[in-house]
Amino acid sequence: MTEYIRPRDLDEALDARAAHPDYMVLAGGTDLMVNANHKHAPAGIIDLWRLPGLGGIARDEAGLAIGAGATWLEVARDAAVTERWRPLAEAAREIGALQIQARATLGGNVGTSSPVGDSLPVLLAFDAELELASVRGRRRVPYREFCTGYRKTLLQPDELIACARLPSPDPQWTTRTTWRKVGTRRAQSISKVMGAAVIELDRDRVVRSARIALGAVADRPIRIAAAEQAVRGLPLADAAEAARAATRTAIAPIDDVRSTSAYRREVAGNVVAYFFSGIIS
Amino acid sequence: MKVELRVNGQLREVDCSPWKRLLDALREDLRLTGTKEGCGEGECGACTVMLDGEVVNSCLVAVGQCAGRDVTTVEGLAHGDLLHAVQRELVACGGAQCGICTPGIAVCAAHVVDRGLATSRDKVRELLAGNICRCTGYQLIVDAVINAAKAK
Repeated sequence: MTEYIRPRDLDEALDARAAHPDYMVLAGGTDLMVNANHKHAPAGIIDLWRLPGLGGIARDEAGLAIGAGATWLEVARDAAVTERWRPLAEAAREIGALQIQARATLGGNVGTSSPVGDSLPVLLAFDAELELASVRGRRRVPYREFCTGYRKTLLQPDELIACARLPSPDPQWTTRTTWRKVGTRRAQSISKVMGAAVIELDRDRVVRSARIALGAVADRPIRIAAAEQAVRGLPLADAAEAARAATRTAIAPIDDVRSTSAYRREVAGNVVAYFFSGIIS
Repeated sequence: MKVELRVNGQLREVDCSPWKRLLDALREDLRLTGTKEGCGEGECGACTVMLDGEVVNSCLVAVGQCAGRDVTTVEGLAHGDLLHAVQRELVACGGAQCGICTPGIAVCAAHVVDRGLATSRDKVRELLAGNICRCTGYQLIVDAVINAAKAK
């Protein structure tokens, strides 16, 4: 019989995680519970759903801290996220539909680390940092280093994801942020290609820097370094085509049930071009 | 494992694996068969129930997670013979055909209407996007939800 642990606070959760590294860490269950009746029952469950201290969205000088237990519904409805980290709110609104958004959490998306995790390119584009906790203490890891391969991460067997920190945009520059998802339908569909960008413009509307990230085009969510380099120093009007060309040669997506490599390459180029051409003010 | 939870306002107990899906605990242990299984993958919304006031797919909830929590199923929408406004309107508008998706639609629509979120047809379509119906083409369902919101 599966053992069930519902910790009362983060310390208890970390103790349970250290004592039972083989137990399933479960929150909203929107990924782990799919076809659960046909799956082998786990030895135990450490239930983090609504764990006190693991949820919440807080804003300070440095930026935004989103607890791993925050749901996408909470992220989508948060005023600070909508105002300054808008692509994250937009991604949140396109993760499944209402029933999924009410349960799926930031920590779940990060921990599952699927190449099609909709929030993950947004974390890359904002150069987010993760805070990981264990009985040994806490450590911070840049999100760009966290995914090490197909559904592989730096998370250790005794660690839990505590929160993600998204830095505030540098007020010295005009920052434009954007998000785009392409799937078979708007709600509920698993992405064929999606991504986000954070673009800094100087006063003359020249691209000072850009962080461009895509999902579903590699074994993990990735930054498109070639496109980022290609647009640096270009007038905004020329950036879209440069970014499109660089993206098309930089990625090597796969064929699968949802799409083909050729389609993904074409659409990824279009999505990245849109990140620049969509900037109208 | 014994799990005590509140279902449609009443304290109930199930004795089963905490890994059992809430959907199965409702249908098999509590004999509340109004909640239907569609896809079992969180795609179709047929098994929608309210958990602590939010709509969720009961196929994706482990029943152990429901200990001490509040569940509302389609059986809990009506008060005695008095149907919830969305149930009345689904009947009046013909917003049901084969009926498999209907309990999930009714629960999600009741949540949306009771929260005052059904402000336009587009909004209703967005909020009910997680409930798939293969019969009606949705028009009559949207009509029903809009009418129910107006009746509130």
